[in-house]
Amino acid sequence: MHESSITGKLIAVEGLDGSGKSTQVYLLHQWLISLGCRVYFTEWNSSTLVKEATRKGKKRQLLTPTTFSLIHATDFADRYERQILPMLKGGYIVLCDRYMFTSFARDAVRGCDKAWLRKLYGFARVPDIVFYFKLPLETALGRILEGRPELKYFEAGMDLDLSPDIEESFRIFQGRVRDQYESMVPEYGFTLLDATLNVHEQQKKVREIIGRKIDLAKYHQRKVG
Amino acid sequence: MANRFFKMPPPQVDPAKLSGILIVIEGMDSSGRSTHIGRLAPWLEQKGYAVVQVGLKRSELVGQALEQAKQGNVLSPRTMSLFYATDFYDQLENSIVPALRAGSVVLADRYIFTLMARDVVRGADPAWLESLYSMALVPSTVFFLDTSWRTLLDRTLKARASLDYWESGMDLGLSRDWFDSYLKYQRRMSAEFKSLAKKYDFITVNGNRSVSAVDRDLRAQIEQILIKEYPAGSKA
Repeated sequence: MHESSITGKLIAVEGLDGSGKSTQVYLLHQWLISLGCRVYFTEWNSSTLVKEATRKGKKRQLLTPTTFSLIHATDFADRYERQILPMLKGGYIVLCDRYMFTSFARDAVRGCDKAWLRKLYGFARVPDIVFYFKLPLETALGRILEGRPELKYFEAGMDLDLSPDIEESFRIFQGRVRDQYESMVPEYGFTLLDATLNVHEQQKKVREIIGRKIDLAKYHQRKVG
Repeated sequence: MANRFFKMPPPQVDPAKLSGILIVIEGMDSSGRSTHIGRLAPWLEQKGYAVVQVGLKRSELVGQALEQAKQGNVLSPRTMSLFYATDFYDQLENSIVPALRAGSVVLADRYIFTLMARDVVRGADPAWLESLYSMALVPSTVFFLDTSWRTLLDRTLKARASLDYWESGMDLGLSRDWFDSYLKYQRRMSAEFKSLAKKYDFITVNGNRSVSAVDRDLRAQIEQILIKEYPAGSKA
């Protein structure tokens, strides 16, 4: 078997916190399972092997832009080489809640060099489809902030000294992350979805696009005899 | 002060005002790096220089996690590679740069070159590695303890009466025989170091001699660096 014989499909969802992408990928996952497809779901920053180090670094605010970026790349590499790539080669549809574009956006806001980031993730495949859940910044902020959440230090970009007020820091940080995402839309040909629509409408569109771009019959579970 | 970064400094790191010097000792396992750093440090302190020592897997951030991952041997080479890079940059930003800002002499027991050599031997793309470490600080000097495989083997067996899994490159599947694998792995690493030595202008030191002979050699060369880098009356 040739090394590059990848018969699976790689689908990623990206967008700001509060864009509703996790709900959408969850519903997509359920749908594909109900159709009997071979599907695998994986989340950003979830590898057990590096979780402990990430947790420690975040809790104690030990991370710099560079180590923040590298520790997430380590996590990603672990999941990519042990799960994502083998699943793709095994003919699965792999769904990723956030992919390298999350790093490209956040880490660039933290000052990491864009070319350096792209080279860092150069080992990873560009997905077949990247859904970008687009919505106005104020709407995204409202969704997150109306619940009066306990914003986390790095999540709010507090390490960047944007504002001593964590909520204000979060607003500025998210605005900059949004700008980075927008610049990637043409660069990577993101598929745009209007995240202001209700959940059901969005999901209808997601399924319609998937159905059109992927021959799902090819991904039905084989009978394991 | 000629301190500079290979391509660019990491974000938020001010490359100005680094008045100290970074001296790296590279070499294969059992080449005597730690022994010599252990001798050079007190010697430098006696001469009135503040010394900071760094090495691999010593970062506060991931040093311990990396040690554990290595025991389990379940990480892919690329994951290992990135884990080591995280460890490296954590020390660069939190130990090396602050020490150099304070005018100290930093002694590094291995540096990015060992990491690069190990990864290239495991099939990593050299251009990817170069980019990964493009924000590393260029050392004032890299000493390479050039030691024959026979000497290395004798020292390893004498000290431990066994061969180490990683130092024998057992993860590469070169041979099921540990001794055989050790020799093959050491040969590949040695070839990789030789090519890095050329590319990055290492000063090669004959590591087959006695500890005191190598120590005298290193001191004489470091004296010259100190005269050049810390001219009389220089300020931090």
